This record gives sequence, structure tokens and C-alpha cells, in this order.
Amino acid sequence: MAERSEEVKLLGMWASPFSRRVEIALTLKGVPYEFSEQDIANKSPLLLQSNPVHKKIPVLLHSGKPISESLVILEYIDDTWQNNPILPQDPYDRATARFWGRFVDEQIYVTAMKVVGKVGEEKDAAVEATRDLLKLLEKELVGKKFLGGERLGFVDIVATLVAFWLMRTEEVVGVKVVPVEMFPEIHRWVKNLLDVDVIKKCIPPEDEHLNYIRARMDRLKLKSV
Amino acid sequence: MVDEVILLDYWPSMFGVRTRIALEEKNIKFDYREQDLCNKSALLLEMNPVHKKIPVLIHNGKPVCESLIQVEYIDETWPMEYPLLPSDPYQRAHARFWGDFIDKMLPGLGKLMWGAKGVEQESGKKEFIEMLKTVEFELGDRTYFGGETFGYVDIALIGFYGWFDAFEKYGNFSIEAECPTIIAWAKRCVKRDSVAKSLPDSEKVTELIPELKKKKRVE
Repeated sequence: MAERSEEVKLLGMWASPFSRRVEIALTLKGVPYEFSEQDIANKSPLLLQSNPVHKKIPVLLHSGKPISESLVILEYIDDTWQNNPILPQDPYDRATARFWGRFVDEQIYVTAMKVVGKVGEEKDAAVEATRDLLKLLEKELVGKKFLGGERLGFVDIVATLVAFWLMRTEEVVGVKVVPVEMFPEIHRWVKNLLDVDVIKKCIPPEDEHLNYIRARMDRLKLKSV
Repeated sequence: MVDEVILLDYWPSMFGVRTRIALEEKNIKFDYREQDLCNKSALLLEMNPVHKKIPVLIHNGKPVCESLIQVEYIDETWPMEYPLLPSDPYQRAHARFWGDFIDKMLPGLGKLMWGAKGVEQESGKKEFIEMLKTVEFELGDRTYFGGETFGYVDIALIGFYGWFDAFEKYGNFSIEAECPTIIAWAKRCVKRDSVAKSLPDSEKVTELIPELKKKKRVE
């Protein structure tokens, strides 16, 4: 019991979907934590020491012990604080949730990054490929309020990447990757997410976020010149 | 109710090995069904429509995809048998982290050992050794990754051992020379029944390479 309430610190970055998903999980469970904004361009000794293998955020420190990789952190949070469970109880449902979590990160995210990083025909191909993957998420949402069912769960938390990063990037990239005509379920799901206090509290403020995305894209363009 | 467990797999797969070992460790009877990856069966396509890949574990008609997800599923479904993951949340997170690292870093690099040439192969080799050394450092002087008990991380990594001979032959290097502790660990693992039963024959894997090079694929 004493372990659980000991110091929780999150090494994160305000605009990172991977960092924000950890904040959502901690907030959902009512776990008090100290957030430490990290400078990615100038990594702190604490970050390098806590995640020597990948040197990336987010890193959760619980009583000084580091946990890295956002999906691993989410499971750790669920294992440690059992109120408001993020993952379902049933092993089959847990396996399904883990499958879709990975799918968002390993398939959707990787492909969607190409939309931002490429131009011309390659960009168009990336848009097509991202839409093909999103169609699977769209199908999963039919008849459900959230990907987790009645209440938001693991996959919703992971997929905030789609709702509040991919979809926000549309404005900046100038391509409607996720048009409402093609993805009515996803749009409905985003509205449902925005009704949840924890989500509203934990996602980056829109204007600041859009400015950040714009600035990042400009830097990427400069790099590729 | 009698459990029906089917595994759709491909004999040399370093991923399929994981699921086989997990099932064996738990003494679960399963129906192993060899898949032809050039001519995918209707069952495989139905059970893994998203990725169309093996291994697929089908438990009482319901499919579970992705090998490490299958290992956790097996551990959670048959918790009374030999535990594959530690019970402490921090140790579990540690195990999952390393399973994830192995998955992210090794398969792609392994492919370069036999699938690439020249500069691409050389730099792939260098990276592969570096990654394996990172894993070796994590193992330290322990018997298994979890300490005295064989478990999740050992299961995640051991499938690659079946491919080491092929990597060495085509990459022209010695893994034992670079990572002797890993080889010693692998030899310990192979003494376990579950591993001995599940690992593909190294020679047969090496013989398969020319065919794979032609097709340029491995699932």
C-alpha cells in the first residue's frame, strides 16, 4: 500500500502524444504526479540515466525506479493502481486491446508520419495507406461509444494519437486525411472523447499545439532542402 | 469444457517459436498447423485479416495475433501452470520493455544478415551485434533474463537462436565471438524441453536461406 503512493514523476514533453497518454492514465486513476518537461534537443542527465537504451520520453519514475516505452508504462500504471481499470479483465479482451494498441503505434503512427514527411506522389500514397489503416479503426468503433466499449480504455488512450495529433496535423499539412464522410465513426468517437473531463484536461491546448506542429513541419521542410 | 487450441505457424519462424514454447511450458495440448506462406490458407486470412501473418493462436475458435501478445494471453489464461511473467508490476514492466526492445531491434536487422549485400549488410551486421550486446549487457551474469526462472524475455529472444547459424554463415561472422554470454544463455535454454521441442533445426533454417533470398520474404 505504501509503495503505491510514493513519489511518481513523469519525464515528458507537452506536445508528445506518447507523453500525454501517460498523463491521461495517471489522471484517470487519480495518481498525483510531478511532471518534468524535458528538452528533447538537450537531454537531461536524469532522462539519459533513466532511459539509457532509447534516451526517449516518456519515462515514468516511481519511487525513483524508471519505466520506459509508453505502452509498457500504461500497463505498469494499470497493474499498480487498480481503480478505474484501463485494460479489460478478460484475457481475450486484454489480448485484443494490446493488439489494437500496437496497431495504432506500429502501423497508423508510422504510416501517418510519412504524410508529414513526404511530398507529391509519395505523400498521396501515404495518405491512402493511412486511410486504409484507419478504416480498420473505423470498423472497430461501429456500435461503440469508445474503442474500450462503454467507458474509455487502453486503446482509446493510445489512439488519442489519432484524435488529437493526426487529425490536428490535417490543418497544417493541408490534407484532410480523416474526412468525416469517410470516417463518421471516428469523428463521433472524437466528440465522445472531448466529453470526458480527463481527456479535456490532458490533451495539449489546440492553438499552442497547432503552432507547434506548424513550426515542426517548417523545420522538417528546411531539413529536406 | 475441453479447450481447443490451434496454432497456425511456420516452422522456422522466430515468432512462432515463442508461442510454441509458452504452450509447452504450460503443458497445453495444441494442434500445430503448418502454414504455406506463399499460398495463405483461408483460415489464416480469416483469423488474422489485419496482418495476414503467423503465428495465430486460436483458442476455442477465437484468434489471438502477435507472438508476445500470445505469450501474455497464454500466461493469463492458464495462470496455475508455470508463470511466464513475474508477478511484481515493476518486474513485469521490465520484462515487457525488453520484449519490446527485442521485437523492435532484432528482426529487421536479422534479415539484413542474409537478405542484404555489401555496405547494407555490413552496417546491418554492426547494428545487429550492437543490439545483441545491449541485450547481453542486460542479461549480465544471470541464468535467465528473469533471474533463476526462465520466462518472457528468454522466450522473446530464444527464437532468434535458431537463425544464428544462418546469420553467421551469410553474414560471415561469429556471434559467439561477439556475444559469448548470449550463446551460453541460449545453450542453457535449449536444455529445457519446451525450447528443444520448439526451436527449428538450425541446419534446416540455413538450407532455407537461398529459397528465402529468391522470394525475399520471411514471416
